[in-house]
Amino acid sequence: MKFNWCVRIFLGISLLGLTACESTDDPNKKTVTILGVVVGEQQDKLEAALVPFEEKTGIEVEYEGTDAFATLLPVRVEAGDAPDVAMFPQPGLMQDFAKSGKLIPVTNFMEPSALEAAYPEDWLNLATVDDKPYGVWYRASVKSLVWYNPEAFAAKGYEIPNNWTELIALSDKIVADGETPWCLGMESGDATGWVGSDWVEDIMLRTAGPETYDQWVSHDIPFDAPPVKAAFEKFGEIVRNPKYISGGAVSVISTPFGDSPKGLFNDPPRCYLHRQANFVSSFFGDDVIPGENVDVFPFPEIDAKNGLPILVAGDVFGMFNDTPEAQALMEYLATPEPHVIWAKSGGFISPHKEVPLEAYPDDVAKKQAEILANAEAIRFDGSDLMPGAVGTGSFWSGIVDYVNGAQVDAVVSKIESSWPK
Amino acid sequence: MLDAENLNRILNALVAIVVGSGGVIALFYAMNALVAALPFKGKSRLLPWVYISPALVILVAYLVLPTIWTVYISFFDRRSEDFVGLDNYIFAFTDASMLVAFRNNLLWLVLVTGVSVALGLVIAVLVDKVKYEAFAKGLIFMPMAISFVGASVIWRFVYAYTPPEFEQIGLLNAILVQVGFEPIGWLVNKSVNNFALIAIMIWLQTGFCMVLLSSAVKGIPGDVLEAARMDGANELQIFWRITIPMIRSTITVVATTVVVLVLKVFDIVFVMTAGRLDTDVIASRMIKEMFNSRDFGRGSAIAVILLIAVIPVMAANIRRFRQQEVSR
Repeated sequence: MKFNWCVRIFLGISLLGLTACESTDDPNKKTVTILGVVVGEQQDKLEAALVPFEEKTGIEVEYEGTDAFATLLPVRVEAGDAPDVAMFPQPGLMQDFAKSGKLIPVTNFMEPSALEAAYPEDWLNLATVDDKPYGVWYRASVKSLVWYNPEAFAAKGYEIPNNWTELIALSDKIVADGETPWCLGMESGDATGWVGSDWVEDIMLRTAGPETYDQWVSHDIPFDAPPVKAAFEKFGEIVRNPKYISGGAVSVISTPFGDSPKGLFNDPPRCYLHRQANFVSSFFGDDVIPGENVDVFPFPEIDAKNGLPILVAGDVFGMFNDTPEAQALMEYLATPEPHVIWAKSGGFISPHKEVPLEAYPDDVAKKQAEILANAEAIRFDGSDLMPGAVGTGSFWSGIVDYVNGAQVDAVVSKIESSWPK
Repeated sequence: MLDAENLNRILNALVAIVVGSGGVIALFYAMNALVAALPFKGKSRLLPWVYISPALVILVAYLVLPTIWTVYISFFDRRSEDFVGLDNYIFAFTDASMLVAFRNNLLWLVLVTGVSVALGLVIAVLVDKVKYEAFAKGLIFMPMAISFVGASVIWRFVYAYTPPEFEQIGLLNAILVQVGFEPIGWLVNKSVNNFALIAIMIWLQTGFCMVLLSSAVKGIPGDVLEAARMDGANELQIFWRITIPMIRSTITVVATTVVVLVLKVFDIVFVMTAGRLDTDVIASRMIKEMFNSRDFGRGSAIAVILLIAVIPVMAANIRRFRQQEVSR
């Protein structure tokens, strides 16, 4: 019977415990929470860039990185558990939250002149809703880059092309030499196709010009308009030419995008050209030395009247909770300091105007920052700005169909019909 | 690292487990005492309801209500704001990519159910006669223990493609090249990609079918078989005329289980091709509409269709179970 009493007391306490749950958070501690997409090695670099802020202000930054950002953030905001600050991987989702009044405009506590001093106009426009700026840009991804191996180029006497005609002429010359000009892989799991949509966007900017590009992205012209078709076909000149890419279409769709540039560094090279954003350098091996056996040139102009626009993507900070700590963090992020720290540690290009070129660790990174700074026009990745049904849905699957040999008319009209009304 | 913070977490977890499970036991204990103390008769009829009430509450909260809610929002637009009537269902039955998904699901249903049940039955009968039965069955049953996602990762390597001039890392293409053929893009070529995916599910399910059918085969009384052999029946005749009729109910149960599983298939398609190049199935379309397009109306409508498609199979299964109970 003694044992029985023990059990009864224990169970009674447990029952009390079941009904009483209490929070143990210290209300006096000053913290600011961030939800972002940066994980792994890059997360360490991001956190290192926030250390001076923590030391100066005594505010603790709690950064939480997730690769399910676009699913997690709306759920948390709906549930009333929004982070103080979120690092959006594309401005589209941020604009949605701004429109629904969930975000705090940056100009509520910062001078507009401070923002204008920090960022180029194109970037500020991307983070502005109803004339109010909501975002502080942090990381830029420069997409209009062609990677090549200068040693392999020198060995064959190839020269960097300045326009599309020269690019195709170079490709033909490489074919005539019995080699394969392009490395191209689009496999990326659930996101397969984004590599191709970047190509089409980049070509679209160069053939139709930034204004038409804007109309296309905002659906002021339909997806099956002639300039879009023309951009697909121009992409087809390269991707659907089996002589240009070893293994042809099957290889393009089956090869993981991170594996495809490795052909540049084989001996003999499996390919000579690879168009991809700056972050692809993190997929290169250790024996790849920037400036020595890898370098970049801007994806060349196609129509001289449109010059050399640059396609970009990037991460932008937006603020959900109007606390003094969050305000301080946003102000800090708009200063060059965190940008310079991350730039120095590599794998990062900043859109901030006051980050000096010397901050970048090598010549290739410097060149990328220069290409970005000198761009005649900057446009954001269109598939990130289109509605999800198109941008991450039918556009990507349509690209895969097109690469696989589908008729361009059928592909673009199928994408057009999927645009949400 | 076992610093103070982690130690705190571990302690919290332990307390939660003890308090949680202890609390549940205490809850039942208290309820039991409460019912026992009630002054009226018929307590014994009340008690079971008291016991299942927590489960019932959870079932209603997590299954019944969401189902009703899903049906409800399937009649609304993408943001669940405006009533759109049957628009989402019209979309589901007319949209080109949905029709492809329906066709594929049909293909999955016929092939996976047909092949894995047939293969399972043949193996069960054949293996019944050999000495190394346990070993063979274990080998075939093994894939059953692998998750769909895990299996898909394995099969990605089987189907991997590299251009013909390079070394093949995919098993199937390596064999093809050895024999002198060109490598095939198994997941890219529209004439084979659906079958390549279906093969994975067959690989996973054959073991399950085999185990259940094998025990049914062993349940056939020996004297029946002996009598047939005495009458001069050969093994093939025994298989068709005796084995199959005698285990028919098991075959039906196994087949319906596989049918329900196939209707829900999603992971394999998602991991292998994400529905590209005409490999979508109903469940993967649902995920896409729900999370890629964030169209809650369409996503819910597809979910409801899937639910309705499973109901007849479940009903048939339950009826069969009842019949068996009666005949026993």
